[in-house]
Amino acid sequence: MARFLTQRLVSSFVSIIGATLVIFLLVQLHNDPRELYVPDSGYGLTEEQWEMLGEKMGFNDPLPVQYWNWISGAFLGDFGVSLAQQVPVRDIIQNRMRATIELAIGGWAFAILLGIPTGVLAAVKRGTFWDYIARGVAIIGQGAPPFVIGLLLIVIFAVWLQDTPFELPAAGRPPQFNIKTYILPCIALGWPAAAGLMRLTRSAMLEVLDSEFVKLARAKGVGWNKVIYKHALKNALITPLTSALLLFSGWLNGALVIEIIFGWPGIGYDALFTAVNDNDFPLLQGTVFFFVIIFVIFALLADLLYTIIDPRVRLTGGEK
Amino acid sequence: MKFIILGWQFLRRYPVIPIFILILLLIAAAIGPYVTPYERDIGNIADRHLSLFSTSEHTTIQVSKDDVVNGFHLLGTDHAGRDIFTRLLHGSRISLMVVAISITTGMAFGLTFAMISGYYGGIIDEVLMRIVDVWNALPFLMVALVLTLIFGRGLNIMILVLFLVAWVNFVRIIRAQILVLKEMDYIASAKICGASDVRIMIKHLFPGILNSAVVIATLNTSGLILAESTLSFVGAGIQPPTPAWGVMVNEGRDYLSTAWWQSMVPSGAIFLVVISLNFLGDWLRDRLDPRLRQVD
Repeated sequence: MARFLTQRLVSSFVSIIGATLVIFLLVQLHNDPRELYVPDSGYGLTEEQWEMLGEKMGFNDPLPVQYWNWISGAFLGDFGVSLAQQVPVRDIIQNRMRATIELAIGGWAFAILLGIPTGVLAAVKRGTFWDYIARGVAIIGQGAPPFVIGLLLIVIFAVWLQDTPFELPAAGRPPQFNIKTYILPCIALGWPAAAGLMRLTRSAMLEVLDSEFVKLARAKGVGWNKVIYKHALKNALITPLTSALLLFSGWLNGALVIEIIFGWPGIGYDALFTAVNDNDFPLLQGTVFFFVIIFVIFALLADLLYTIIDPRVRLTGGEK
Repeated sequence: MKFIILGWQFLRRYPVIPIFILILLLIAAAIGPYVTPYERDIGNIADRHLSLFSTSEHTTIQVSKDDVVNGFHLLGTDHAGRDIFTRLLHGSRISLMVVAISITTGMAFGLTFAMISGYYGGIIDEVLMRIVDVWNALPFLMVALVLTLIFGRGLNIMILVLFLVAWVNFVRIIRAQILVLKEMDYIASAKICGASDVRIMIKHLFPGILNSAVVIATLNTSGLILAESTLSFVGAGIQPPTPAWGVMVNEGRDYLSTAWWQSMVPSGAIFLVVISLNFLGDWLRDRLDPRLRQVD
């Protein structure tokens, strides 16, 4: 276990270094990185100030030194200062984190509640009407990007049907906790994920139902329901549950689109989207760095969880 | 009755409808822009937000020398009075071009990468697979945003981004197959005959992985279309007024309450194409490479 753990930790660390290095090197590919930090108007900078800016940003240092300064600052929480808002990137992320996490939890709950039961149902009632319904739900989720589902929900529930219990979040201010405003964004966020979960659950369940131990249990006279819920389900849920954990980190960028559509004041909308629109490079770079780290940490957690739930993985851990 | 049952079985067995939709898309992309009478980017503002199947009272079209009719808008018009159907046709061309280029270049690069990694093994394999690991650790949408801020927005950057997304999906599966193939006797005999590494890879290994590669390519194409429309929607991809489908959805976002079709028509187009590609991909996978299949 210890060996496996260190192996995973090292490879996560390599991933973080590699990923940040990629972003860092991309910046250097720009013919003059200073231009990324100054808006097109240039603030009327003179030649001297331009040179001083390069000195101040450390662009005259050798590359490894620059990388070290940047990454050591970032690990201590210094992601730089936003150009357009003149606020440290860290504050922006901190202020918006809550809304994003709430949205992600809601979408996650929806994805699991929709995806896993329908997956089990589709596998148990394979080839019947219920199977087709479940697969239809999955097909819609896989074919429609989140923004299409989100806009469709808005059109149906906010435009066509006026009197619905759902409300759209009021743009621009942090949402007071009001469950009505959460429903539509969470459905839009969770549906595509539910489709993936449903397919995973269905195929895992079918595989387990076909296995020897289920047949043995049936042969011993255990009832069908008991076989499904006590014997099969536990084994079938391993893959879907671990992939559900990964979903969470994946949403930090999937949520961007949902936040834009619903005007949700989370990180995607207030940091990434505004950064792209304002050409606010430091804000974007800081946010992306932050997310890369979270992404890798979640991948590590998912891996560890996997080995705890399913010890067989550990034995073959680090297999080639 | 018998014919209905036979027809239904035929439809279930072969992906007729998806292929039909995709062929329609190809035709639309090939000739669409030449057959519509409307301009792509210029509309009559008086015709703003006409609904589906409506006839304009302000624009006329010269059908023949002395036959002038009022303009008919099959899928309505958008906020600038432009014909949505026309823009949809132009958009299909752009989507297809972007996706076709990125998937072929991505496939070429991904296959080469996987073949080198699997065939040579050892330290080369180790390094190359680490690169793949790092690549998978990058959240794609954010990297795309970074790229567009650094290099500017536009078609070429878009294709580059999609290429960067596409290639990595080929590597793992193809590499695993190469690992199996390279141990086979016919590869050994090719080596004994003095075939060079490059020749073995191109002549002997490549045909063995081609089926899987085609399947992966088809299954990934739908993902690329989604990625393309998402990027364009966010504003980091193709820029207005060029009518990529994602751009069209985004433009209509402000008018959902008065003119839902402006967003929903291109959304529906994306949905249909992606679904068709998924079905076609699943079918191809079952036909060409059942090993890739999960229990179904």
